[in-house]
Amino acid sequence: MALFDRLKEGLSKSRETMNEIFYLGGQVDDEFWEDLEDTLVMGDMGAEVAFQVTDDLREQAARENLTRADQIREALATRIASEFTPKTWDPFVYLPSCVLFVGINGAGKTTTVGKLANVAHNQGVKCLIGGADTFRAAAIEQLEVWAQRAGIEMITRARGADPASVCFEVLERAEKSGAQLLLIDTAGRLHTSSDLMSELGKVVRVTRKRSGMPVYVVLVVDATTGQNGLNQAKEFNDALDLDGVIITKLDGTAKGGIAVAISHELKLPILRIGVGEGIEDLQKFDAKDFARALVGEAEGK
Amino acid sequence: MAVFNSLSDRLQDTFDKLRGKGRLTEDDINVAMREIRLALLEADVNFRVVRAFVSRCKEQCLEAEVLSSLNPTQNVVRIVLDELTKLLGSEDAELQLPSTRKPNVIMLVGLQGSGKTTAAAKLAYLLKGKGRRPLLAACDVHRPAAADQLATLGGEVGVPVWRGDGKNAVSIASEAVGRIANERKCDVVIVDTAGRLQIDEEMMQEAVDIRDAIRPDQIMMVVDAMTGQDIVNVVNEFNARMDFDGVIMSKLDGDARGGGALSVREVTGKPIMFVSQGEKPDSLEVFHPDRMARRILGMGDVIGIIEEAEKLQNEQSIADAERMLMEGFTMDDMLSQLQQVRKMGGMRKLAGMIPGVDRALSQRGTDVSDEQIVPIEAMIRSMTKQERAKPRIINGQRRKRIAEGSGHTVQEVNTLIKQWEQMDKMMSSLRSMAMGGNTRQMGRQMGNMMRNMGMDPMEAEKLARMSAAAPAGNRQQRKGRPRKKGKQKRRR
Repeated sequence: MALFDRLKEGLSKSRETMNEIFYLGGQVDDEFWEDLEDTLVMGDMGAEVAFQVTDDLREQAARENLTRADQIREALATRIASEFTPKTWDPFVYLPSCVLFVGINGAGKTTTVGKLANVAHNQGVKCLIGGADTFRAAAIEQLEVWAQRAGIEMITRARGADPASVCFEVLERAEKSGAQLLLIDTAGRLHTSSDLMSELGKVVRVTRKRSGMPVYVVLVVDATTGQNGLNQAKEFNDALDLDGVIITKLDGTAKGGIAVAISHELKLPILRIGVGEGIEDLQKFDAKDFARALVGEAEGK
Repeated sequence: MAVFNSLSDRLQDTFDKLRGKGRLTEDDINVAMREIRLALLEADVNFRVVRAFVSRCKEQCLEAEVLSSLNPTQNVVRIVLDELTKLLGSEDAELQLPSTRKPNVIMLVGLQGSGKTTAAAKLAYLLKGKGRRPLLAACDVHRPAAADQLATLGGEVGVPVWRGDGKNAVSIASEAVGRIANERKCDVVIVDTAGRLQIDEEMMQEAVDIRDAIRPDQIMMVVDAMTGQDIVNVVNEFNARMDFDGVIMSKLDGDARGGGALSVREVTGKPIMFVSQGEKPDSLEVFHPDRMARRILGMGDVIGIIEEAEKLQNEQSIADAERMLMEGFTMDDMLSQLQQVRKMGGMRKLAGMIPGVDRALSQRGTDVSDEQIVPIEAMIRSMTKQERAKPRIINGQRRKRIAEGSGHTVQEVNTLIKQWEQMDKMMSSLRSMAMGGNTRQMGRQMGNMMRNMGMDPMEAEKLARMSAAAPAGNRQQRKGRPRKKGKQKRRR
């Protein structure tokens, strides 16, 4: 259960706070519910979702006669886990596939591409990296370092080139070389910038049209993101019709509660979560584990 | 969605339900406070900060004066806004760079992806504009190609970049401050460091080592405006280890409400010095607490718009703006507007200051890019005076003539006229969004505001505050818009 431990480790800070609540007294009173609400809000779940979850849980507790904090803990974990949209497809496992990574500036797209390419390469999958972030200074160089480390071929163009043309070239190259997994990094952009969003729309359209293999568009979201994360995800989803989400930087003290809202509201599965700096720290996502780690599980499970 | 959901709108809804009760009771205030709490939480203000803040506001709202006043909504909003502004810092903080030291040293720290490298280049550009000679030191030796990024950005703003050996952050920083600044005759060194998590002991120690080696005059923490509740843990730890002097809020060009700014102030007491909004190097601006307060509450940056207009210092254009909003929008207006908009930093930036408008704009497809302006100018100049004043008279024949005269196609002329129609429409929605009140009242207010813009900013602010706090009219306005438009047409 290495994954679970790592996840727990990554989320330990939030667990501590939850434990504080759960171990205090053990009996459930009004203050307990208020604290619970606050803790969920503090995890960036969003005030409305947090209130709703607590209210529901309160009802459930009354109905099922849950009076002890640890019972409620498990009920809470189940409840939060159920908010996530289940993953029916893993574009990094079921090949061939071509995945485009999108998101706002600094979310961790380039690093995610680098890590995923490394993992795939180590598993013997023939993959190809596309550097379609032709806007940010040195984004291509950054990706190149990742590609070199893993010994993976990378296709890109000079800074300022049309990103759609990069995708086109990646697809052409893949057809010749027989690469099974194509990972394409795009330039970070704010969801409010309509010029850049329509540029990205074109990139996705071109890729979908040209590609002989299934194309997936994955949103990369920083776990420290607050309520604006939902706006981001909505805009990207409207413009690009997303297939999934990757949450990065869960190794800090951020709880990534916005993932719950994004997955629930937009019916998008969480494909991976980043729980550390290392290459192997980009983990598969398990809703129950995530929810348990978030609310804190009884020791020894 | 959330951007339309301003606090004053929500409070108005709450108070509407209480109408007919004569005066407000403590319970009513409690209901209002719950709305405020939700609004602040939605804006990502830390919940502990929210709790303290709301209880302070509540105390003030319970004063008899507020409860019995005719318009409690306005009063409550005013109290919340004032309190928020006060908290965010009553005066604009500035960079402290003592003239006794040469070179001055500024160090940037923050989480990964918060925008340090971009902020470093923007800061260099800003200082260069003030006559300083900055040097950028690339001390992010961890992220691949971070130094390349800084070198490219430095090249773009014309500032030298010291990369050293690219391995030891402390020695790169020391060399930059010691030897290189001297050699290149630079008087201020901006040190860009690697992004780090506040719980990463090794990396935090590196930051401390760099600080101890170069003893910066100012340490700036770069914080992403979209950061959620965790911002408290982050700035707390950074503050404890680095004791930074001020904060740069990045990515404020998005629609994040930036409630983190409040948390930072409340938790660390450190000022927010700059806000960074945009990709261009000149998009680093001084922080204004009052505007941030409005943004957090979702009330739009009315003052910002006025200031942008003032920046142009052009009485004529203010009069034009007034006429445009009052009487409709001509082709000449469109041309001069396009040119001015370019001067003000682009349509997007301007529109982004009003909640909702930004999105309304992009939905209507009225994006205005700089390249579009040249053909538009040619076509407008091919119109007669009459056509420019009343674009609605431009029929098929005229379109053909204009197209031939300007060397464009009829389709392009059609597009232009369509754009004009959209902008004309936008003007009317801009008017209703920026101002409250019914049509006639609004016209008067608008006139006042425009006149006040040039001379008395205090008065203008008062007006803006009035308009921001009068959402009821706003809603009526939306309903009544088609009728109003008809009236306008007849008048013309």
